[in-house]
Amino acid sequence: MSSNTLALEATSISKTFGNVKANDQINLEIKKGRIHALLGENGAGKSTLVNILFGLYKADSGTVKVNGEVVDLGRPKDAIDQGIGMVHQHFQLVPVLTVAENIVLGKEPANRANVIDIEEAKKKVKELAENYQLDVDTEATVEDLPVGTQQRVEILRSLYRKADILILDEPTAVLTPQETDHLLQVLKNLASQGVAIIFITHKLREVLEVADEVTVMRNGQVVGSTTPSETDESGLAEMMVGRSVVLRVAKEESSPGETILKVNNLCVHDDRDLLAVNDLSLEVKSGEILGIAGVEGNGQRELVETITGLRNAKTGEILISDTSIIEFSPRQISELGVAHIPEDREKHGLIGAHSVADNLILNRYYKTPFSNKGIRQQKAIANYATEMVEKFDIRTPDIDTPSSSLSGGNKQKAIAAREFSHDAKLLVASQPTRGIDVGSIEFVHQQLIQQRDQGLAVLLVSAELDEILSLSDRIAVIYRGRLIVTENSAELDRNRIGRIMTTGSDST
Amino acid sequence: MSVKESKSIQQVLFSKRWWILTALILVIFTLWTAEFQEANTTAVLAGTLRHSTPLVLGAMCGLLCERSGVINIGIEGQMLMSAWGGFMVASTSGSLLLGLFAGIAIGMMMGGVLAGISVGLRGDQIIAGTVINIAAIGITSFFFSLGRTLPSGKTQVIKLGPLADIPVAGRVLFSNKPITFLTLLLIPTVWFLLFRTKWGLRTRAVGEHPSAAETVGVSVIGMRYLNVIMGGGIAGLAGAYLSLEAVGSFERGMTNGKGFVALAVMIFGRWNPVGAWGAALLFGYASAVQTQFQFRDWLTDDPQFIGIIPFVVTIVVLAGFVGRARPPASIGQPYSRE
Ligand SMILES: Nc1ncnc2c1ncn2[C@@H]1O[C@H](COP(=O)(O)OP(=O)(O)OP(=O)(O)O)[C@@H](O)[C@H]1O
Ligand SMILES: [Mg+2]
Repeated sequence: MSSNTLALEATSISKTFGNVKANDQINLEIKKGRIHALLGENGAGKSTLVNILFGLYKADSGTVKVNGEVVDLGRPKDAIDQGIGMVHQHFQLVPVLTVAENIVLGKEPANRANVIDIEEAKKKVKELAENYQLDVDTEATVEDLPVGTQQRVEILRSLYRKADILILDEPTAVLTPQETDHLLQVLKNLASQGVAIIFITHKLREVLEVADEVTVMRNGQVVGSTTPSETDESGLAEMMVGRSVVLRVAKEESSPGETILKVNNLCVHDDRDLLAVNDLSLEVKSGEILGIAGVEGNGQRELVETITGLRNAKTGEILISDTSIIEFSPRQISELGVAHIPEDREKHGLIGAHSVADNLILNRYYKTPFSNKGIRQQKAIANYATEMVEKFDIRTPDIDTPSSSLSGGNKQKAIAAREFSHDAKLLVASQPTRGIDVGSIEFVHQQLIQQRDQGLAVLLVSAELDEILSLSDRIAVIYRGRLIVTENSAELDRNRIGRIMTTGSDST
Repeated sequence: MSVKESKSIQQVLFSKRWWILTALILVIFTLWTAEFQEANTTAVLAGTLRHSTPLVLGAMCGLLCERSGVINIGIEGQMLMSAWGGFMVASTSGSLLLGLFAGIAIGMMMGGVLAGISVGLRGDQIIAGTVINIAAIGITSFFFSLGRTLPSGKTQVIKLGPLADIPVAGRVLFSNKPITFLTLLLIPTVWFLLFRTKWGLRTRAVGEHPSAAETVGVSVIGMRYLNVIMGGGIAGLAGAYLSLEAVGSFERGMTNGKGFVALAVMIFGRWNPVGAWGAALLFGYASAVQTQFQFRDWLTDDPQFIGIIPFVVTIVVLAGFVGRARPPASIGQPYSRE
C-alpha cells in the first residue's frame, strides 16, 4: 500500500521541564504505511515527543492531528482510542503480574460478567509470540525475567493491541541480532498493511534497513530530515551529533598481565531455583577484555550477579586476585576493586529519587573526600559530580536533578561514569552501552579500551554481537549456563559465534 | 519452559508441616480449655467467628484500598462513624435494614473523603486517614445522645434449616446473624473479584505500577476512587455490625482499636481476603479463649495478662509463620502523570 496520506501530524510542539526545553517547536508528519525513524542524541527530546503523542505528557503548546483531525491527547486512553500504540523505552510492565496478564491488561478476554478467561489470554499471547517470533513464557512473573525478555513482552504488549499508528521507543536496545531482524521484518509487514510507524533507535544499521523517512533531533529541535537512500551510517551519525563519529574504535593488541578474576566450576540457580550457570569456569587477566556472547537467558545474568555478590552460588569458587569472594557482600566485593554496570539500569543501576550527584558517588559516598567522620561533604560531592557530568557528557539540567528524570541514555552514561571512575581492577559490564547514542558509545568504548590498557580486567556481557566483536580480546560463548568455547577474538567470526550461540555446538 | 511439577502427598505434608503442627496444637488446646465438652467447644468457636467478623471486614476495606495504591489508616474512624450513623438511623426509623444501609452509605462517604483528599487532591494518605480517625471521634461524641435504644432490638440469629443442627461445626457456621453471614459470603466474593476479574487485575496493576496501567488505558484515578469508596462501604458494614449486631447500641469509641488491628490482619493476610480471614480467625480465636479463661476463673489474679493473650498469640504465630509479606509497590504515593 502506498497511500501517502498523513496518519499523524504534529505542529509546533513545545515542552519544558523546569528550565530544560525538551521539545522546542517540533513539527512531524507521519504517513500511513511508512516507517519513520526518529534519531537524535541522548536527551535530544525523542521520548518526550512520543510521550506527548501518546498522551503521557501534556505539551505546553502545539497541536496534534490524527487522520487530519485535531485531537486532544490528554491521557493515554485518548491516544489508544485514536488507534495509537506504543512500546516504551522505560518498560511499562507490572513486575508482580505474569507475562500473559501484562500483555492483556486493559484489553482482557473476559465473559459478560467481566471474569477473565486466563486460558484464552495465554492462548492469545502464545499465538502472538509465535506469529512474531518473540519467544516468551506466558506464565513467568515479569520481575523474574531478564531485560531482554521484558523487552519482548513490552513489544508484544503493543502488538496485541493492533494499533494503526505504532510508536516504538528503542525497542531493539536489548534484543539479540536475530530478534532484531525478526522485529524489523514485523515492522515492514505492519507497514505494508498500512500501519504508520514511528521508530526510535540508536542503531543506525536498523534505520538504513527499514526506515522510509528519517527525522533527526538535537537539543529539543528538529535539525534535519533525510531518507536512507540519501545517506549512510556516518552521514546519519554526523547529522545527530554534529561532528563525524568513529563507529569502530581502534585498539592495540592487548598485553594481559596477572589473573584478576578466576571462576572455578561455578553452579548457580536462577530465581525459579533451576540450574542457570552449570559448572562454569573462566579467567580474566589484567589488561584484557573477555566478552561473553550468547542469547540472553543462558545464565549471563546469574553469572554476573554471582560475581558481584547479588546472588549466592550453589557450588564452585570465585577468586578475585586470589581472594575467594563466595561469602562476600556486594560492598566487600566492591571494596576489592570490582566495578559493575548492571543490565537493568532502573532496578540495579540508579536510585531514581536521588540526585544525579548522589548517584554518581553511590559506590563511594561513605569515603573521603565525600564523607568526613560520617558527615557528607557537599562541596567535594558537587565538584566531583560536576566534573563527571562534563567528562561523560551527561545531559542534565543540574547535578541536583533526580536521576529518574534523565533521558534513558543519560541514565546509562551516569552509571558508566560512576563505574569507570571506581579505580577498579575488574569491571563487570552488562549491556554497558544500552540506549546510548553513537557519539557516546564512541566515548564509552574509548574509555573501556583506555582503562584496559592501564591494566583493568573487563568481563563484558552484551546482547550486541558487534560490541562484543569490536571490543573483546577473547570471546567466550555461553549456552545453557556453560561456556562452549573460549578463544581469541581473531579466531571467532560472526557466523561461528552465531551458530554456537543458538545450537550450543561448534560443529557444522 | 515452565515445567509444572506435581508434588507427592508426602512432599505437600512435609512442606506444610509447621501449619499442620500448629493446627493440631490449636485443636488440642481448644478442647482442653473447653474441658472436652461440646457446648464449650461450640462457644469458643462461635466466639472466634464473632470476634473475627469486624476484623476481616476492616481488613478487606484496607486491602481494597491498598491493592489500588492507597493506604487507609482511617478504617477505625470509618467504622466508628458507620456504627454511630447506622445506630442513629436504626433507632430513629425503627428499621435495622435502614440502619445497615445507612452504615454502609456513611462508610462509602468516608471512603469518598479519603479518596478526595489523597487521590483527588494528592494529599498525604497517612494524614488523610488520621484526619478521618480524629474527626470520627469528635463527630460521634458530639452528636451522640444517651438513652437511645434500638426499638426492634439487635439483629436476630438465622438458622439455616437442618444444617444448623450439626453438632459444633453446624452450630458455629450455619446459625448466625445476618451481617456475619454476609461477611462469610463477602470473603470469597472479594477474593474472586480481586483475582479473577478485569476489575481485580486492573486494581492490582494500579497498585503496583500505576503508569503501566495508565499506558493501557486504565484510569488510575478512577480505579482508586472506586476502590477506596467500596472499601469504605465494607468498613461501614463492620461499623454496622458493631452497633446493630454485636452490641445493640452505640457507645463512645466502641471500635476500640479494631480498625487498627484490622490493618495488622490485612498485612498478616498478605493483602488477600482469604489470608486476612485466616489471620482474623486466629485473632478472634485468641480473644474467644481469653473469654473462656475468664469464665473458668483461670489466671484471674492477672486480668491484664489475660487481656494481652490475643495480641501475643497473634504476633507470635503470625510473625513466625507468615514470613515476609510485600505490600503493593505504589502505596502511599499520590499519582500524577508526569
Ligand atoms: N519527567 C521529566 N522531568 C524532568 N526532565 C525530563 C523529564 N523527562 C525528560 N526530561 C528531560 O528532557 C530532555 C529530553 O529527554 P528525552 O527523554 O526526551 O530524551 P531522548 O531523546 O529520549 O534521549 P535518549 O536517547 O537518551 O532516550 C532531557 O534533558 C531530560 O533530562
Ligand atoms: Mg528516550
